[in-house]
Amino acid sequence: MTLPFAMTVPFRIAPLSVIEHATRLVFAQVVAQHPDLFDRLGEHADKRYAFVPTDLPVGFLVEPAARRISVHRKPHLPVAHACMGGRFVLLLALLEGQIDGDAVFFSRSLTITGDMEAMLALRNALDDCDIDLPADIARMSGPFAPLVRRAAAEIRTRALSGEAATWN
Amino acid sequence: MELICPAGTPAAFREAVDAGADAVYCGFRDETNARNFPGLNFSRDELKTAIAYARRHKVMTFVAINTFMRAGQEKLWHDAVDDAVRLGADALILADFGLMAYTAERHPEQRLHVSVQASASNADAVKFLVETFGAKRVVLPRILTIPDIARLARQISCEIEVFVFGGLCVMAEGRCSLSSYATGKSPNMNGVCSPASHVRYREDGSELVSELGDYTINRFPAGEAAGYPTLCKGRFDIAEERGYAFEDPVSLDVMDHIDALRDAGVGALKIEGRQRGKAYVAEVVSIMRRAVAANADERPALLSRLRRLSEGQKTTSGAYEKRWR
Amino acid sequence: MPASTHPSLSLGPVLYLWDGPKWRDFYFRIADEAPVEHVTLGEAVCSKRLHFIEPHVAEVIERLEGAGKKVSLASLALVTLERESQLVRGLVRDSVHPIEANDLSALGLLAGKPHSVGPLINVYNGATARLLASRGATSICLPPELPMASVRDIARDAPDVVFEIFGFGRVPLAISARCAHARSKGLVKDNCQFICGEDSDGLIVDTLDRQPFLALNGVQTMSHTCQSLLQELGELTAAGIGRIRLSPQDCDMVMAARIYDDVATGRCSPAEGLGRLTLAYPGVPLSNGFHHGQTGASWIAAPAGSPPWR
Repeated sequence: MTLPFAMTVPFRIAPLSVIEHATRLVFAQVVAQHPDLFDRLGEHADKRYAFVPTDLPVGFLVEPAARRISVHRKPHLPVAHACMGGRFVLLLALLEGQIDGDAVFFSRSLTITGDMEAMLALRNALDDCDIDLPADIARMSGPFAPLVRRAAAEIRTRALSGEAATWN
Repeated sequence: MELICPAGTPAAFREAVDAGADAVYCGFRDETNARNFPGLNFSRDELKTAIAYARRHKVMTFVAINTFMRAGQEKLWHDAVDDAVRLGADALILADFGLMAYTAERHPEQRLHVSVQASASNADAVKFLVETFGAKRVVLPRILTIPDIARLARQISCEIEVFVFGGLCVMAEGRCSLSSYATGKSPNMNGVCSPASHVRYREDGSELVSELGDYTINRFPAGEAAGYPTLCKGRFDIAEERGYAFEDPVSLDVMDHIDALRDAGVGALKIEGRQRGKAYVAEVVSIMRRAVAANADERPALLSRLRRLSEGQKTTSGAYEKRWR
Repeated sequence: MPASTHPSLSLGPVLYLWDGPKWRDFYFRIADEAPVEHVTLGEAVCSKRLHFIEPHVAEVIERLEGAGKKVSLASLALVTLERESQLVRGLVRDSVHPIEANDLSALGLLAGKPHSVGPLINVYNGATARLLASRGATSICLPPELPMASVRDIARDAPDVVFEIFGFGRVPLAISARCAHARSKGLVKDNCQFICGEDSDGLIVDTLDRQPFLALNGVQTMSHTCQSLLQELGELTAAGIGRIRLSPQDCDMVMAARIYDDVATGRCSPAEGLGRLTLAYPGVPLSNGFHHGQTGASWIAAPAGSPPWR
C-alpha cells in the first residue's frame, strides 16, 4: 500500500529544517545503536546514497563515512553514487531487514540506479544490523518511550499489511 | 536428514540456528569463498562468535573456502583454512585440490567436505577425492537426476549432500567462465558470478534494460517483473528465436522429492542463499525444518508457503528430474 | 632465440559435432600438412556423439602417427551416466595412447599412469599442478580463463610438468547437463536428433541488442570470439610454456597452424600473423582478455612501440 495521506502531511507542510532535524535525531540514534553498520560497507562507506520515496515530496542523502544524513525537497536532489526509489514503507522495511531485500530489490517495486555494488553492500550491511526503528526511536524518548514505540509499531504494521503477498 | 542452511551475515546465522538448522555454512569476507559479495560474510571475530552461538544450540558450522587459490597468493587461502580450523569449524567445504592437499596434510583431523564447485559428478570422481584427501562428504553438482544420485550413492563410501532449494546453476558448477568472459570476474577465481560491480539498469522507452558489462542480458517490458542480470538466466536471440537460451529465471525446489532423495542415500539437504537476507533465511529454514519432519500428505501446504519466496515465484526441479535436460 | 626453445604446437580435440568423413578428412589434412607436434583427439563434449567418429579413429591415428605426430585421446568433460563412467573406465583400461583427463573420474582412474590434463580441469595454482604431477600428469593444459600472472607462477612452481596454453579457438566457457543447443531448436537432450551437427562452428547467441556474444556447441557454451595469443607467444615462451594449443574451428586450421608456427619461430611478426589469422578465420573477432586479466571477450592490443617479439 502507499503511505496514508495523513502520514505525508508533515513532510509537505513542515519546513525542511524541521524535517531534517528530526531525521538526524533518528539517524544518530540508529547509528549509535548499530555501530557495526558502516564497517561492513568497507570501501563503499565513502559513497553517497540517495533514498527517494516515491510517495513523499522529499529525498534523503546518506553519507556513511561522515555519519551524515540530509533531507532535500524534490526535485532538488543532490548527486549520489547510488540511488534507491520506492514507496516509503518499503524503504523503511528494507532498512529494518523485515522483508527479503533480494525479492523487492530487483523487482520493480524498487528502482536502483547508479552503483549497484555499493547499494548491494549497504543492503547487506543493513540486513546484519537488526535495526528496529520503533525500538531505536523509543530509546531516545524518555518517559514517553512505550507510547512512541507502540505508535511507531502500529504505523509499521498497518503500512506493511498486505505487503507479504507481493514480496516476491 | 540434516538441514544445511546458508548465512551471509551473523544476523542471518542466528536466524538459521534459531529456525532449526542442523548446520549453518558461511564464509570469510574475501575471495576465498564463492559468495564474495559486497557487505556479506564473516570476519574472524564474527565467525568465532557465530560458532559459539551454534555450539550452544548444538548446531554445526561449516566454513566454505571454495574458490580456487590464486597462484602466488595461496597464503590467503591457507590462512582461511588455518583460521577456520582454529576457530572450531565442524567442517571445511573445499574445491581446490591444492587446498584440499594442504588441509589434509596440516589438519588431518579436520573434517573435509567437497564443495559443489569441485564438480564431482560421478562415483570415480568422488572416490578420487575420498582416497586422495580423505573427504568425508561430497556436495553433488545440480546436474544429476535422483536415479543418478542413487546409483552413485551405492558406489561411494562418503556422505552425500545435495542442494534442494534456492538459486540454480544451469552449468556444471566450478566449470563455468561465462562471468569472467563478460566481466573479468569469475566464480572460481573471485567468488562472484555476474558481479554487481558490472550490473547496470537503464530505461529504454518503456523497457527496462539490464546489462552486465558490455552486454544486454535482458529487456523487461512495462509491467513485467525485472530480474538480476545473471548471465545464464538472460534472454537472448538465437537464429530467429528469442528467449531464455539456458534457463528461465527460476529457482530450484525439489522438496516434493525429499523421500526419494532420502531413499537414494542423501544424508543432507542444502539450502542455497548466502546472499539472501535474514528474513528469507528465517522463513525458508523454519518451513523446511517442518517439511522434512512432516508426512508426505502434510508437506504440500508447507511447501506452497515456501514457493512464494522463490525468485519470480517460479520453481523447477532442475536436473533432478530427467525431462529438464 | 634458438629454434628449440620455442613452444611446440598441439591440436586440441574437435569440440564440435562434425560428421565422420568430415572429421576424418580434417585429421588427414592435419597429418599431411599442419606443423603441429601433438594431436589430442576424441569426443570430449557429449557422449551421445561418439558413434560419429568411432569408425574413423583407427585410420586417423594411423595417418597422424605415420606423419610423426604424437597422439593422445581425450576423455569426456562431463560424466554423469553409468554408460559414460564405463566409457571412461574402458578408455583408461584399454588405450595404448596417452589419455588427456577432462574430468575428475579420468583423473582418479589415471593415477600412476603417465597422462595429460585437459583445460577443463581446474588447475589454478602450483600446488594443484604439483599434486597432479605426483599422480602421473606429465602435461597440463591450463584453464583458458587463467591470467598470465598465474600462468607464470604455476609454470615456475611445477618445473617438471609441460604446460600447454589455450592459444587459438573459441573458448569453452561452460558445460551443462542440459542441452541449450537442442533446446534452441525445440528439442530436448534425450531426443536431440544430433541437431548440433547442423552448426559445424557453433550456433551464435546474440544479445537482445544484436551483439554476438556466445556460441552454443551442444551441451557446451563457447565464446563468440576466438581467443588468440599470437602477440603473447613471446612472454609465454619466456615463462617456459612448452606447448600452444590450437582448438579446431571450422576454418582452415592448417593455415592457422602455419601462422602460429611462423610467429613462434620468428618467420613472421605477431602483427603480420594476426592479419593473416583474420583471413584464415574470417568474421570472428579475436580476443585475449583472459590472458591479460581482463574481460575475456576483450582484445588488448600490444602496447604501441613495444618491439615485436622475434
